Amino acid sequence: MTLDPKDRAIIEATQAGLPLVPQPFAVVAETLGITEAELLDRLDALKKQGVVRRIGAAPNHYRLGMTANGMSVWDVDDTVVDSLGEIIGALPFVTHCYRRPRVLPVWRYNLFAMVHGSSRGEVLVKRDKVADLLGGACQAGDILFSTRILKKTGMRLAAKRG
Amino acid sequence: MTVQLTDLDRRLINRLQDDLPLVPHPFASLGEELGLTEENIVDRIRQLRDDGLLTRFGPFFDAEALGGAFCLCAMSVPEDRFEDVLTKVNAHAEVAHNYERDHELNMWFVLATEQRGDIMRTAKDIEHDTGLEVLLFPKKREFFVGFRVDA
Repeated sequence: MTLDPKDRAIIEATQAGLPLVPQPFAVVAETLGITEAELLDRLDALKKQGVVRRIGAAPNHYRLGMTANGMSVWDVDDTVVDSLGEIIGALPFVTHCYRRPRVLPVWRYNLFAMVHGSSRGEVLVKRDKVADLLGGACQAGDILFSTRILKKTGMRLAAKRG
Repeated sequence: MTVQLTDLDRRLINRLQDDLPLVPHPFASLGEELGLTEENIVDRIRQLRDDGLLTRFGPFFDAEALGGAFCLCAMSVPEDRFEDVLTKVNAHAEVAHNYERDHELNMWFVLATEQRGDIMRTAKDIEHDTGLEVLLFPKKREFFVGFRVDA
């Protein structure tokens, strides 16, 4: 997908966040040299295209006590993995849920769900809840806890080159 | 570290995980819901952000819709080579996150590139640099997530 240069400028101007003032869009519009109305219209269009998912805040789940997470992985029957994936993704403690390819023979799992909780024990209880929901359609599962963060770089849209 | 929150802070954090309206005064209607003035709401959100309880306020973008490509990758790295391999993998700017995990496949990282074709090229470069196989786990389907932190 190619972005309109104005839309790209809007994304670059807002990806670090909006200013916390009563009229945040007016402030951003002024820095971009467009009207507040145009900025709101463009954000609305980006939302309809799925480029903007929502306007809001991300809680720091570590500071709120959700300090443990595990990547749960499941070998789910291909004929039902998509419908079950919808159900697993909707669980309030799952932050990411994807169907991915198996890499046989070393990796048999095709459903990945990141499970969060306040402790490893709580994550394991939630993992069991996922297993119950998958039921007989699931042949095997595993959970991989992270033991170390080796790199974490925020995703940023690179400034347009050339 | 868990912090003590007021009831209002909890309601605010929970409400901010939903979508705010695209209107000139987005905090005014939120203030009405919570019985606060617009100014008070803005100050409170700023405080929550400054205290590190909210990481960011603003639009959340779909990274792939922005034109980038992403791929989860994993490697099985021998323990005695781990630090050396880590240095070589992380040297690639395309490696956005990297986690050590307790599994035979013990290094899991995400490649983020501007062009889709660069994913495979970077994976091959890492294989060349390390002499180890890079397994690719591109997403076939993303499921909507209902994750919420109950503050």
